[in-house]
Amino acid sequence: MSSVDHTPSESAPDAQQWVDVQASDDFIELKHRLRKFVFPVTGLFLAWYLLYVLLADYAHGFMSTKVFGNINVGLIFGLLQFVSTFVITTLYVRHANKNLDPLAEKLRGEIEGDGK
Amino acid sequence: MNESSPILNISIFGVFVLITLFVVIRASRNTKTAADYLAAGRAFTGPQNGIAIAGDYLSAASFLGIAGAIALNGYDGFLYSIGFLVAWLIALLLVAELLRNTGKYTMGDVLSFRMRQRPVRAAAATSTMAVSFFYLLAQMAGAGGLVALLLGITGAGGQALVIAVVGALMIAYVLIGGMKGTTWVQIIKAVLLIAGAGIMTVWVLGKYGFNLSSLLGAAVDAAPKAGEKLLGPGLQYGKTGTSKLDFLSLALALVLGTAGLPHILMRFYTVPTAKEARRSVVWAIWLIGIFYLFTLVLGYGAGALVGPDKINAAPGKANSAAPLLALELGGPILLGLIAAVAFATILAVVAGLTITASASFAHDIYANIIKKGKEEDKDSEVKVARLTAIVIGLVSIGGGIIANGQNIAFLVALAFAVAASANLPTILYSLFWKRFNTSGALWSIYGGLVVTITLIILSPAVSGSPTSMFKNADFALFPLSNPGIVSIPVAFLLGYVGTILSKDKADPTKQAEMEVRSLTGAGAEKATAH
Repeated sequence: MSSVDHTPSESAPDAQQWVDVQASDDFIELKHRLRKFVFPVTGLFLAWYLLYVLLADYAHGFMSTKVFGNINVGLIFGLLQFVSTFVITTLYVRHANKNLDPLAEKLRGEIEGDGK
Repeated sequence: MNESSPILNISIFGVFVLITLFVVIRASRNTKTAADYLAAGRAFTGPQNGIAIAGDYLSAASFLGIAGAIALNGYDGFLYSIGFLVAWLIALLLVAELLRNTGKYTMGDVLSFRMRQRPVRAAAATSTMAVSFFYLLAQMAGAGGLVALLLGITGAGGQALVIAVVGALMIAYVLIGGMKGTTWVQIIKAVLLIAGAGIMTVWVLGKYGFNLSSLLGAAVDAAPKAGEKLLGPGLQYGKTGTSKLDFLSLALALVLGTAGLPHILMRFYTVPTAKEARRSVVWAIWLIGIFYLFTLVLGYGAGALVGPDKINAAPGKANSAAPLLALELGGPILLGLIAAVAFATILAVVAGLTITASASFAHDIYANIIKKGKEEDKDSEVKVARLTAIVIGLVSIGGGIIANGQNIAFLVALAFAVAASANLPTILYSLFWKRFNTSGALWSIYGGLVVTITLIILSPAVSGSPTSMFKNADFALFPLSNPGIVSIPVAFLLGYVGTILSKDKADPTKQAEMEVRSLTGAGAEKATAH
């Protein structure tokens, strides 16, 4: 029944240890910090992208409105999609470096240290 | 004006081939184990892998295709590139790091982690090979059109020969260099491509006093037929209600497909840690984003400086916009360089796809299903991977020659739609939904695959319209060329329903192991030391 298919690396912790870690406060906190960031942000950028696509698809007049020179609303909206992508990337990296990595490293140290 | 010199183009491409072959041979000296061959020893740095990802992702379709689409259809071409870019956020936030922490070589490693191994691996390998094959065929067939344009070879026999040469070179790269060699080819190609596009962008902008508005104005002036419409959306997709819906469907497949493309996923295994996987995506996002900004300028630049009539009259039509712009700006030498980069692009992308498909066959099917895991990481796994690469190479040469000249644009759409429908739901469910189980995975993968392919076969891309693959038959029951708007929700739903209805319970210990490993990196595959 148990896993013969998987051979994780050298100091493989046993099944019970994974379950214990999963239930530990540190792990629950790590999971919470990850999900609290990635789920809302994913929802946000997908909605923002969808709004852009729908405008480009169904609101031609609005998107073709000139703002200055030959630059129209559509082009600005499109370029803002680039900006938002770059901004989210930067924010996520900052969040991960500050809030996720230290906790993940601590847990990893505890798990891998145990078996040796 | 038309001073394109095929001999010059071939020579520059020849130099590229010699340099990359040299690099590949050098890189292969340390390739011994399966981890070396299939995952480059997991020893690339984040930035290196990020550049290679950009190399894998920026195919000829995105360089020649998007620039051409902007030149002829204006804003609607630009829309493509935005979907292609935003899609990377899904890879960054939801997939890359967790996948790196839980898998070894293939997408199947992650999908089957806490499921029944054999059925889920078989399903994952099927969809990996389907996506890779559609993508591969599109690239190889595209090579034919490019040859006509750049080398002046218009005969079917001559084009077939060039497709065969491209295929043979690709097989050589993959056999000799494995993942490490292929990665270096991607890196060299990405640097050349982005630098080349960057130089042309500055050049074009310089002609208009670095004023984007004047460039846009010039593009409008050069296109009396489209006129002002070039600057707003709607020229390509805005004609009817159906075409608008088709565009919405395409937009969904683009944004959800990228994080399910197996050749992109496999790249995350070439770095030592999840943190490096994150850095690679960050590098890829910046490079790809900047590159698509270049194509915006190049597309309108080609429209302004070359003009739509001349682009439409050229052998490759829209695909010739960027090369013709190079000729206009820098004469035959710049054209030769850009032509060589375009060729290198096809070569590098097909090599990346081939190694992905062969890794999936060797690792998921041979080592884990046929040999039940006993051959994993043995020499025989590498041997099978190499043999599979030869078979895939030969099949894609044959397929490329047959598909040459066909309207194959839908193949890329198909690859993205299958990736978004068959792969992404299962990846996300396995990583984030505790209850997800084997039947859910199988329903979602096979269901997504079958629905997507059926809808494409029944679409106007295949039959019933003047631009179809089969012009004289009409079995186009589904009105859209892009199935994503139906197939993606259906696949997510199937994964849910399959899980709920099944009597199988998810294995809670395996789920605990997967979740802890994916978030902490404990027990993740390490880099091999050389």
